[in-house]
Amino acid sequence: MTPEILAMQAFNGLSLFTILVLMALGLAIVFGLMGVINMAHGELMAMGAYTTYATSLLFEKLMPGLMPVYFLVGILLAFAVTFAFGFALERGLIRFLYHRPLDTMLATWGLSLILQQAFRHIFGPKEVGVPTVSWLQGAWSPAFLPDAQFPLSRIFIVMLALLVSFGVYMLLFRTRWGLKIRAVTQNRAMSGAAGINTERVDAFTFALGCGLAGIAGSSFTMLASTGPVTGQQYVVDTFIVVVFGGVESLLGTILSAAIIGQLQSTFEYLMTGSMAKASILLLVIVALYFRPNGLFASKVRR
Amino acid sequence: MKLNRRQFIKSTAAATAATALQGFPFIRSAAAADTVKVGILHSLTGTVAIAEASVVDAEKLAIEEINAAGGVMGRKIELITEDGASDWPTFAEKARKLLERDKVATIFGCYTSASRKAVLPVMERYKGLLYYPTYYEGLEMSPNIMYTAQEGTQSAIASLDWLYKNRGKTFYLIGSDYIWPRTMNKIANLHLKKIGAKVVGESYYPLGSIEFASEINKIKAAKPDVIWSTVVGGSNVAFYKQMQAAGISSKNQALCAMAVSEEEASGIGAENLEGFMSCMGYFQSVKNPANAKFVKAFKAKYGANRVIGDTMECGYISVYLWKMAAEKAGSFDVPKVVAASSDLAMDAPEGKIKFHGNNHHLWKHARIGTFRKDGQIDMIYESPLIEPNPFPKI
Repeated sequence: MTPEILAMQAFNGLSLFTILVLMALGLAIVFGLMGVINMAHGELMAMGAYTTYATSLLFEKLMPGLMPVYFLVGILLAFAVTFAFGFALERGLIRFLYHRPLDTMLATWGLSLILQQAFRHIFGPKEVGVPTVSWLQGAWSPAFLPDAQFPLSRIFIVMLALLVSFGVYMLLFRTRWGLKIRAVTQNRAMSGAAGINTERVDAFTFALGCGLAGIAGSSFTMLASTGPVTGQQYVVDTFIVVVFGGVESLLGTILSAAIIGQLQSTFEYLMTGSMAKASILLLVIVALYFRPNGLFASKVRR
Repeated sequence: MKLNRRQFIKSTAAATAATALQGFPFIRSAAAADTVKVGILHSLTGTVAIAEASVVDAEKLAIEEINAAGGVMGRKIELITEDGASDWPTFAEKARKLLERDKVATIFGCYTSASRKAVLPVMERYKGLLYYPTYYEGLEMSPNIMYTAQEGTQSAIASLDWLYKNRGKTFYLIGSDYIWPRTMNKIANLHLKKIGAKVVGESYYPLGSIEFASEINKIKAAKPDVIWSTVVGGSNVAFYKQMQAAGISSKNQALCAMAVSEEEASGIGAENLEGFMSCMGYFQSVKNPANAKFVKAFKAKYGANRVIGDTMECGYISVYLWKMAAEKAGSFDVPKVVAASSDLAMDAPEGKIKFHGNNHHLWKHARIGTFRKDGQIDMIYESPLIEPNPFPKI
């Protein structure tokens, strides 16, 4: 293996890690902190991707000169749209289903089918082409390794994941809202008694998780397809990362993404893609057999 | 609603009578005298709907044209469309419904091999007839199915021979992980060995995979002259976008895609495909009067921005091949239509083609072309008519 390939492989691991982090952060909040198994999480990512697509169409038509910045606007819009949708979803559906995990699964799975069909009706059954902005096309070749290519789109995703993780951390641990969220998820009754409006916190937290899914979906338009079933491609990996890391711990989610990302890119280099995937799943099963609450489950009294 | 006993008896009796009436044979044949029923059975919903919906468009266009020209043997085609919903048991169930209840003369349908395999026993049991319009792996020949697209060897061997002669001696095989790519690569491995080429890598990814970065590094390390890709569906978008981003383009790498037609180009982004090769039986850019007419009629009906891919053309000619066979046989009877199909020739949009004497497949051209910036394909090679060989001995 040449040093170039080695460097690119290491970068792939890092890239996959950040992709998984972006995918899983939203779910870690919705599923991990709130305990809602949202099967439509993938479709929310697809919604983010489609919002980006719609933004690109809008820019192309109204202000083609500003095309280079459409992507940044697209990401923000994707967050806004999925946040709003998540808020409405929590108020209209999810809040009636707390403490009924099986019903939640069924309801959100139904929602995912409805959303898929809605995408099909609005945007057509075919994948749509989301243009990659010019400044993120191509690759960066460092002077000391001229034969190695690091795709700019992946570098961007690495930065975005860092930014989003930092943002989530600040929000949860450095603001009053974060304090309320943590209080409610730890002990709802006591928080209510202490004067926190738990319903509003629930809606906000859920919407935040959905908004993060939107950001993820939006940035993945650079790497993968945008179509009605796009969400299905993401949702399994997302759940694996969250469950493997330990459902209640955000840090666990990030570490689990790091482990799975590195392992997967290494395995994919050593064997065929299908075998790599199967091996990862096998490892996850074995790990969960010995640590049923995930690798980094926080020790709490039940 | 509240029903008393008399009303209940009355309404039940009326319903029974209505059902019985429908069942009377003379009423049926009276309605059927000036029409002939055919079925279309594709996925209109679910994952495969992406590809199948446009095949339905092409088949409907052919039916409309035939009806406008007076129908088949003076009988207008009455179309019954069923949705297979990307679910194989549903395909089998709907096929049974079309044959048993609707008594259709033929069905145009199926896209994936899995759906065809599910429908096959139903076709054989109820003595139906299916026209199958998708290029597939071969290794099948049902007396009740007519295969109107390329079987595996027709595209694989022609493309490999041409690539070996014109693009290089080492090949990297990559595909999605299911029966079609696996069989195609089996054929490829054997054939490449026979002609003296070398396979420097072979890899499979689950359907819907979106992460190809490590594979791209493997390709870079293996430095093949040609990448021969049987990746299908949404994975293609990820594959080409990520290759482009990692610095692999047609400028420094020859690649031939076996499952990317003009139709998929817009989703992948034509800029990511530009210069790469595609091997198909038909390109929209094929030049002959039949194709010019077909493309014009299709765009007039469905809009100028629609593009036409191989499977759509195969769906379109399926309807005409059935019409010609029925007229030659003078009957809609399945065994007679099948017998009349033997050596049946047609001036199709893809050129002059004809059915094989006895194996239910078509003699077809294989074509290789390069993608343009607008997603259309410029043809660079056209094979002579290739004999279908669904059970190859390589």
